[in-house]
Amino acid sequence: MPQGDYIELHQKRHGRRLDYEERKRKKEARAVHKRSKQAQNSIGIKGKMIAKKNYAEKAQMKKTLKMHEESSSRRKADEDVQEGAVPAYLLDRENTSRAKVLSNTIKQKRKEKAGKWEVPLPKVRPVAEDEMFRVIRSGKRKTKQWKRMVTKATFVGPGFTRKPPKYERFIRPSGLRFTKAHVTHPELRCTFCLEIIGIKKNPNGPMYTSLGVMTRGTIIEVNVSELGLVTPAGKVVWGKYAQVTNNPENDGCINAVLLV
Amino acid sequence: MNMETSQAGMGNNTVMCLLTDPEGTNLGSAMYIPQTAGPLQLTQLVNRFLNNEEMLPYSFYVSDEELLVPVGTYLEKNQVSVEKVLTIVYQQQAVFRIRPVNRCSQTIAGHAEAVLCVSFSPDGKQLASGSGDTTVRLWDLNTETPLFTCKDGNPLTGHKKWITGISWEPVHLSSPCRRFVTSSKDGDARIWDVTLKKTLICLSGHTLAVTCVKWGGDGIIYTGSQDCTIKMWETTQGKLIRELKGHGHWVNSLALSTEYVLRTGAFDHTGRQYPPNEEMKKALERYNQTKGDSPERLVSGSDDFTMFLWEPSVSKQPKKRLTGHQQLVNHVYFSPDGKWIASASFDRSVRLWNGVTGQFVTAFRGHVGPVYQVSWSADSRLLLSGSKDSTLKIWEIRTKTLKQDLPGHADEVFAVDWSPDGEKVVSGGKDKVLKLWKG
Repeated sequence: MPQGDYIELHQKRHGRRLDYEERKRKKEARAVHKRSKQAQNSIGIKGKMIAKKNYAEKAQMKKTLKMHEESSSRRKADEDVQEGAVPAYLLDRENTSRAKVLSNTIKQKRKEKAGKWEVPLPKVRPVAEDEMFRVIRSGKRKTKQWKRMVTKATFVGPGFTRKPPKYERFIRPSGLRFTKAHVTHPELRCTFCLEIIGIKKNPNGPMYTSLGVMTRGTIIEVNVSELGLVTPAGKVVWGKYAQVTNNPENDGCINAVLLV
Repeated sequence: MNMETSQAGMGNNTVMCLLTDPEGTNLGSAMYIPQTAGPLQLTQLVNRFLNNEEMLPYSFYVSDEELLVPVGTYLEKNQVSVEKVLTIVYQQQAVFRIRPVNRCSQTIAGHAEAVLCVSFSPDGKQLASGSGDTTVRLWDLNTETPLFTCKDGNPLTGHKKWITGISWEPVHLSSPCRRFVTSSKDGDARIWDVTLKKTLICLSGHTLAVTCVKWGGDGIIYTGSQDCTIKMWETTQGKLIRELKGHGHWVNSLALSTEYVLRTGAFDHTGRQYPPNEEMKKALERYNQTKGDSPERLVSGSDDFTMFLWEPSVSKQPKKRLTGHQQLVNHVYFSPDGKWIASASFDRSVRLWNGVTGQFVTAFRGHVGPVYQVSWSADSRLLLSGSKDSTLKIWEIRTKTLKQDLPGHADEVFAVDWSPDGEKVVSGGKDKVLKLWKG
């Protein structure tokens, strides 16, 4: 016979202990304390498993209590005010590219004056000079080495004329000159191809800013008249700053994110 | 008169002119007028001829171009021969003049969601605004504070989808106004009775959403719909009278030439109040005066970038097709005197057309975002436009230029309205505030 059956067989024949009910009652009363002690003193994975199980039970109990508390009487229901209300003439139309109005130009002007900007890429890897320029040898014996050619993407303005070739120290090849940038609006998540107006600051140094070199992290100014932005005073915004987010010399295009 | 006959002999300084009114009837016969005569002198002449008791203002047009300079200068500029008879058309302008508004007198917050539509009462004393937070608020204009907020209450239910437009019955047909018609996205229009609080008649027939509805002065309801047609219904039984086809895409907006007069009813610029039984008579009088002899005209603007000018009671075919916009036409509006049509479009321009012939006059450019709504001042001299770029602009009709720029909204402007007494302008938009502008 299986061993549990012997116990049962004895219980059937001779009954239980005389203090069986009392012992059972007291044991169950102590079980609560035992459980609590166990939960508090267990460590490691065992403790975590106990805690998880206890939490699930607690959540379930709360739900059932709440359900019982709900009365069957009618209550005034708060109607949810839905967002995104549009007038009748805009009902079936999708509004795709929409740039929000500038808020607080005064703050922006102050920031501009202070020269401090919150930019998406605060730190960029510094570019060394030998990476930026390539030495061009000139002269009859090719011994003169004072000319440098820029190896990164540059921007020259529309009225740019080269200095006489004999005197120009920095050569900006026309193949690396860009006029347009792919600018992403961070909130709208859509990208526009906008013209560059100028280079505001290159983090590698003022010399690169004046040369017009665009590397990762450069702040450029772009023409945003396409977006149709208006200041609170009613003036139309046509230029905004953007920060370059890729390495244009590797990709062949300039990707930037608009600074709003 | 003596002056003219004495100068008749001198061919160099006079020109032969014939004054005609817009309908074509001549005022007197052809006469010699000195070349130094400008609009002011011509006004005096016309007033004299018509035996007006008071000097009414007129504007003069030579071959559809307004005459602003003395006749002589005009002749030299356009090199018109002095031998031929010059036909000058005169048109009466409104007696009163509205000043343009230029400052924001009050910004009223209170709505929890975007303000979708605003409207002044016919007498211009009260203002109602509807918003996306499902409430309508009534505002007191003297103190510029809210009067009532209309929340759920007892709604009139019947439509199954969004309501796109409402139009009251003209007061000259029945006073006091009990009935109004609403159009909805579910494709039908319903005529409601306010006192009985239920639908009287349901006008179904459109296959797609009905975008706008107007109750005409001769008791016909016009509905424009996304199924590219405009239907005319009669109001006693709700039967379809006519269907106006022609548009290639959704019909966005309708406007009637007598709309302004129907809207203001018996009230005009003098601001007089009338006892109820007189209201109907006065309203009818004003309606007939504005309508004149010609039939009521209807203009419809559509997503197919064009508008049609119809004379619905005359013919099923459109009178003229108004092209020129480069994007969909969102809102069309006749001027209060019915002489001009203004159309607001998503191509950022507002175009002005002749209200009678439908000929293009000029385009007002200046907005940098789609223009959503336009509103006329009561004297038909100023036009107001509100746009997605958060500005309102006031355009002057006489010089055809921008008169005033009203920036200040923080977000798109959805609805604009000019009060019938011309004192105030209200605008509401996505930034959840109403702005009141004063002169």
